[in-house]
Amino acid sequence: MTTLALPRRAPRPGRSHDQPPRWQIYLPLGLYLLFTLIPFYWMLLFAFREPGSDSLVPWPITGQHFEKVWTERSFDTYFVNSLYVGIASMLMTMLVALTGGYALARFRFKLRMPFMLALLTSQFIPGALMLVPLFEIFRELRMLNSLWSVIIAETVFQLPLSMILISGFIRNVPVSLEEQAWVDGCSRLRAFLAIVLPLLRPGLIAVGSFAFVHSWNHFLFALMFLNAQDKQTIPVGLNTLIGSDSVDLGALAAGGVVAAVPVVIVFAFIQKWLITGFSAGAVKG
Amino acid sequence: MADAVKERTRPPRRRRGGSTPRSLPYLLLAPAGLLMLGFIAYPMLSVLYYSLQDYNVTKPWRNGFAGLDNFRQILTDDPFFWDTLAFSARWVVVEVGLQLIFGLILALLINQTFIGRGLARALVFSPWAVSGVLTSTIWLLIYNPSTGVSRYLADAGIGEYGTSVLADTGTVFWGAVLAELWRGVPFFAILILADLQSVSKDLYEAASVDGAGRLRQFWHITLPHLKDAIVLSTLLRAVWEFNNVDLLYTLTNGGPAGVTTTLPLYVAQTGIEGNEFGYAAALTTVAFVILLFCSILYLRLSKFGGDDK
Repeated sequence: MTTLALPRRAPRPGRSHDQPPRWQIYLPLGLYLLFTLIPFYWMLLFAFREPGSDSLVPWPITGQHFEKVWTERSFDTYFVNSLYVGIASMLMTMLVALTGGYALARFRFKLRMPFMLALLTSQFIPGALMLVPLFEIFRELRMLNSLWSVIIAETVFQLPLSMILISGFIRNVPVSLEEQAWVDGCSRLRAFLAIVLPLLRPGLIAVGSFAFVHSWNHFLFALMFLNAQDKQTIPVGLNTLIGSDSVDLGALAAGGVVAAVPVVIVFAFIQKWLITGFSAGAVKG
Repeated sequence: MADAVKERTRPPRRRRGGSTPRSLPYLLLAPAGLLMLGFIAYPMLSVLYYSLQDYNVTKPWRNGFAGLDNFRQILTDDPFFWDTLAFSARWVVVEVGLQLIFGLILALLINQTFIGRGLARALVFSPWAVSGVLTSTIWLLIYNPSTGVSRYLADAGIGEYGTSVLADTGTVFWGAVLAELWRGVPFFAILILADLQSVSKDLYEAASVDGAGRLRQFWHITLPHLKDAIVLSTLLRAVWEFNNVDLLYTLTNGGPAGVTTTLPLYVAQTGIEGNEFGYAAALTTVAFVILLFCSILYLRLSKFGGDDK
């Protein structure tokens, strides 16, 4: 009944009365979407279009570019390597950042501030500029051409930010929750696993997917440390396609699609968590 | 009992019963600490060491202590260093500035309630997950003079056939900027959107009751709230844009004629392709000092974290 009494311009449910008119949202957003999507479409077009065709729709559709990169250009091997590097460095980053982040969040100790400072400073150290000394280290360790050289390097460079974020998430979980569990007789480890860890889920998903996407995408470490053909990763494979004398654009585009698929899946899965994860981490402290 | 009360009021230093040894935090930090010592601190020191050396694997007879020669050469006798530094500065300022503006607009748009918001978010953010090499791949397909976008535009009577954005020193900068913008904007949009969600709705209600329009609400409520997030994300992004070489390495490889060579790209080329490890190490040191100096200056000037919300 009350709705009838309202003036004609009654706000729609779920919209605050201060919302801009619709076209002011849809028009700029639509333009931006075009800017985002046309490049993706362009890649799909080249990847699925028959060689020699210049149609703007990939029809008749062909899978031959994919066959070519997957078998002739060994993207099958690169794919497995990239997946291995991505998952291993994600797990390592999360484990090390979680233990370290817990220490930083829950204890006061002498080296706490210096350590935090070191974490922040390390953000300014360019990975690209450390290539030469890292190369020498891995050579000494006889780890060149082992995927673990890349896994370690990726982990190390993602640790600082991951640890800062995770220690922020842990600080947002009230200590009293843990203390209650201790009173009930839980060990510190059990209290952490049973009470704190489940609450960290959005943050951990954000940090973990960050780590995966980063190492899946990262290029220079793999380029430098892995020379053997059967040890290379997808970005290196793409770079080889870009650099070949007569660039086969169809194959290049198909390689691009192969590189994009896993991250796009991860992204579609985590995009909701990403925002919540970052809002939780953005809390000051 | 009194003990328990006291413990709850401050962060617990250790567990009752003494079953938490004092060394526990150090044990927990050991893996991270060791990794960072071995693979960040030690390489840093070795960069410093090499920067004082003449070191070239292909010319071992020249190797040896060089003192500050490398640095003298960089500062007084290497015009290309200054070129790359100027290009880096221009690259970082233009990229971060444009990414921030578009990211902010995008975050504000997508923070509104409208039909299809979930899908729009997912689509608009998707380039965030794309690598530098993949971005290069995509934009190489677009800029390709014979089968790229320019060809279809020429078919439609716009522009000329055979236009090569990346081969022309006049257009290559904006060509690269556009490609990097494509995948860089979502980073800001995501971070700013996350922060936008913590603005109290009451503030806007109160402001609109007081008759403040949307623009004024943005200026007086939203922007001050976002300030710390903006300062921090622009700084992180600037450092990242400065250091990152993936895109330019694969898209233009610093060309044509070296006009898109950033300082880190110059370092990579000197060290990897030129084998001049000593000189590359000295360049690295200079880059690091410049970066640290600019960052501190930026945090000072922006009064980061100065006024509490």
